[in-house]
Amino acid sequence: MIDTIKKFVRMENICKDFPSVKALQDVSITFNTGEIHAIVGENGAGKSTLIKILMGVFRETSGVIYIEGTKVDISNPVVSRSLGLSAVYQDVTIAGDLTVAENFFLGNIPKNKLGLVRWGYMYEVAQKALDALNIKVDAHSLVKDLPVGQQEMVVIAKKNFDRSKVMIFDEPTALLANEEVRELFKIIRQLKNEGAAIVYITHRLEEIFELCDVVTVLKDGKWVDTLPVSKTTEDELISKMVGRTIEDMYSIQHFEQGEKVLEVKNLSKMGEFENINFKLHKGEILGFFGLIGSGRTEIMRSIFGADMLDSGEVVVNGKKRSIKSPVDAINLGIGFLPEDRKTQGLTLEMSVKENINLASYSEISNLGLINLKQEQLNANEYVNKLRVVTPGINQKVLNLSGGNQQKVVVGKWLCKNSSIFIFDEPTVGIDVGAKTEIYKLFQELLKDGNAVIMISSYLPEIMGITDKIVVISEGKYMGTVARSDYDEEELLKMASGIK
Amino acid sequence: MKSKANKDINFKRFSRVAESNLIIIMAVLILALWMANDKFLSFVNVTNLLRQTAIIGVLAIGMTFVIISGGIDLSVGSVLAFSSILASKLMVAGFPMWAAIGIALIAGAMIGALMGIIIHKGKVPAFIATLGGMTIVRGLVMLMSGAQKIMGLPGSVVDFAIQRYLGIPAMAYVWFITIIIGWFVSKYTVFGRNMYAIGSNIEAARLSGIKIGINICGIYAFSAFMASVAGMLMTARLGNGVPTAGQGYELDAIAAVVVGGASLNGAIGSIPGTVLGTIIIASIRNGGTLLGINPFILDISVGGLIVIAVLFDQLRKNKTK
Repeated sequence: MIDTIKKFVRMENICKDFPSVKALQDVSITFNTGEIHAIVGENGAGKSTLIKILMGVFRETSGVIYIEGTKVDISNPVVSRSLGLSAVYQDVTIAGDLTVAENFFLGNIPKNKLGLVRWGYMYEVAQKALDALNIKVDAHSLVKDLPVGQQEMVVIAKKNFDRSKVMIFDEPTALLANEEVRELFKIIRQLKNEGAAIVYITHRLEEIFELCDVVTVLKDGKWVDTLPVSKTTEDELISKMVGRTIEDMYSIQHFEQGEKVLEVKNLSKMGEFENINFKLHKGEILGFFGLIGSGRTEIMRSIFGADMLDSGEVVVNGKKRSIKSPVDAINLGIGFLPEDRKTQGLTLEMSVKENINLASYSEISNLGLINLKQEQLNANEYVNKLRVVTPGINQKVLNLSGGNQQKVVVGKWLCKNSSIFIFDEPTVGIDVGAKTEIYKLFQELLKDGNAVIMISSYLPEIMGITDKIVVISEGKYMGTVARSDYDEEELLKMASGIK
Repeated sequence: MKSKANKDINFKRFSRVAESNLIIIMAVLILALWMANDKFLSFVNVTNLLRQTAIIGVLAIGMTFVIISGGIDLSVGSVLAFSSILASKLMVAGFPMWAAIGIALIAGAMIGALMGIIIHKGKVPAFIATLGGMTIVRGLVMLMSGAQKIMGLPGSVVDFAIQRYLGIPAMAYVWFITIIIGWFVSKYTVFGRNMYAIGSNIEAARLSGIKIGINICGIYAFSAFMASVAGMLMTARLGNGVPTAGQGYELDAIAAVVVGGASLNGAIGSIPGTVLGTIIIASIRNGGTLLGINPFILDISVGGLIVIAVLFDQLRKNKTK
């Protein structure tokens, strides 16, 4: 066994200086073939920078990279690809309007003597490559028609087909449902057994224990430790990363619940969800659990008026309401924090100040003229209250970290005096430290008598934080579970549609 | 030593102003043109330049709003001709001048609002909606005028084009007023904030409770209103209603906005930037003509400038990334 493991990539004393920050300082790391190597650390620890240097996206300031013992100079992504290095990024990058097979051969379409495309050959080869990894996808299907999970599998199959010897996975499970994660892990293990060196970056520590062989911890651009996974614990990793233990992670203070603020009766929308019922009280945090694509987001969007309902009743603060647009919902005190902050929650090119006031301009203006003083006061108030880390309120939101961006969205709704907050996957792509900040924020919202709905696919999180969980499976209401009855297996069963 | 440090701080502050590059480019350009031909900065030439530039300058103010909101308006040249012909016909028919101008401005703005509705409600891309609008309105202008000049306008119309107050052409004042309005609206009103928000992220804007439809309508109505104002200036300058007036002006207006630092992806751009962009392009054309440079070469220079302006911006963006 030992013989088959050999040093494939060796990065030695890598340093990377950016104009204002030392992103990496003297980091050395080895990736062996037939081994899955996890890299963990908070955002800003240098994980992405390290990978980007290996992929030829950035040049190292100093340090040496060896591949199979030979010193290499990875000056650009083409070099890195020709060396057999490849990366699967969080946001899948393939051409959605082309078929799976076309994506496989992108830039290298097989042609016959007349210069025409060899379609039959293309589909045959692509299908074989998919089958080899047991990926149940038809090579003829358009990529955009596939669920995100399968799109990711297709990317992996493509990289494998390109004969990559080192495969780097950057947060591959961020967008996947549990079912798909299991599929993905199976494929990654197969790649490992076929002799690839795997680099695995994740925020979800329990994945490391399920999948990886070795783990390296980075902190503030410095190497902290490299350990065999079998000889460490989640607690140890977290304390190495941040100096905090896991019990602190997924827990918040719970509060006494007040009157009912939101009730939903028999909510239905053709092809999306049917007969959804739930209640939300003052001071309560309600979890919404289901696999991706189960209709959780669609239900919330409909309640918020972003999409139209077919039938059903929404009762806010005891009165039946007809919500036809986000404007209606906002005026009833509902704030919605969409799953994708960047594409739905923020105007990135605008300042922190403008984003915080975005929903409130009608209150702080007179005849369309903005009260600039009030605008500034609002921004300062919520930047301080939420401890948004920013050089100033005029900073573009674009330049803020994920956690701070999320806080700005919360600030927008606090500024609007919202009292019902709907969070859709609030901690996706956010590091451990920022996560606890978000949970603390929930606690403060609840303490002030607000009500919170949190959609999450991540069980430790949703079970740790919420008072009650509503489970949805394929658009159907499966039941509501109280905190005292939380059981991981039971919840998973319900989410898979087994009662 | 202390004063040097202060200077550094002042320079840093200056360079943080988004338009700092443009101010430097403009200063260098004007200095160079002035050194090549000292007539360039003569009072007569500067005021001439202002008068020649006023029409494109006014169009570019409206175009800035559209581009900040993430759209594009190709119909402004046609709307310019429409308002010009409409006002001319009304005046020839005996309407008082103020009424003719008022009706033409409102009718022009309504064309813009209509395009806004088509873009928002019909989900037609702005490029297509305004491309269609450009052709339809131009056809309408030809029908209304029988493809003939509308002659016999009151003398006061032509007088306006040559009138000066405090030595500055009346047409330039109109441009100045639109600059102030545009700058004020974009910076200090809810409408202005909404325009940037829509250009930055239309879905986030909608989910924040901004009424997208009314704002889009307002933005295109504003652009068409500015085009109609430009139409009035054009009528004064030509002394007639000319149905072919303003052809291709939409591209000059877009060029001014882009050189002024705006992004066609929306959310980035400013009125001061657009004004600087307009002046830079006008200076190249005017200065080049003074120096006797072949006008075709000037075309090549202006075209190159547009591309370089965007290229430069991209390079800077990649650097900060």
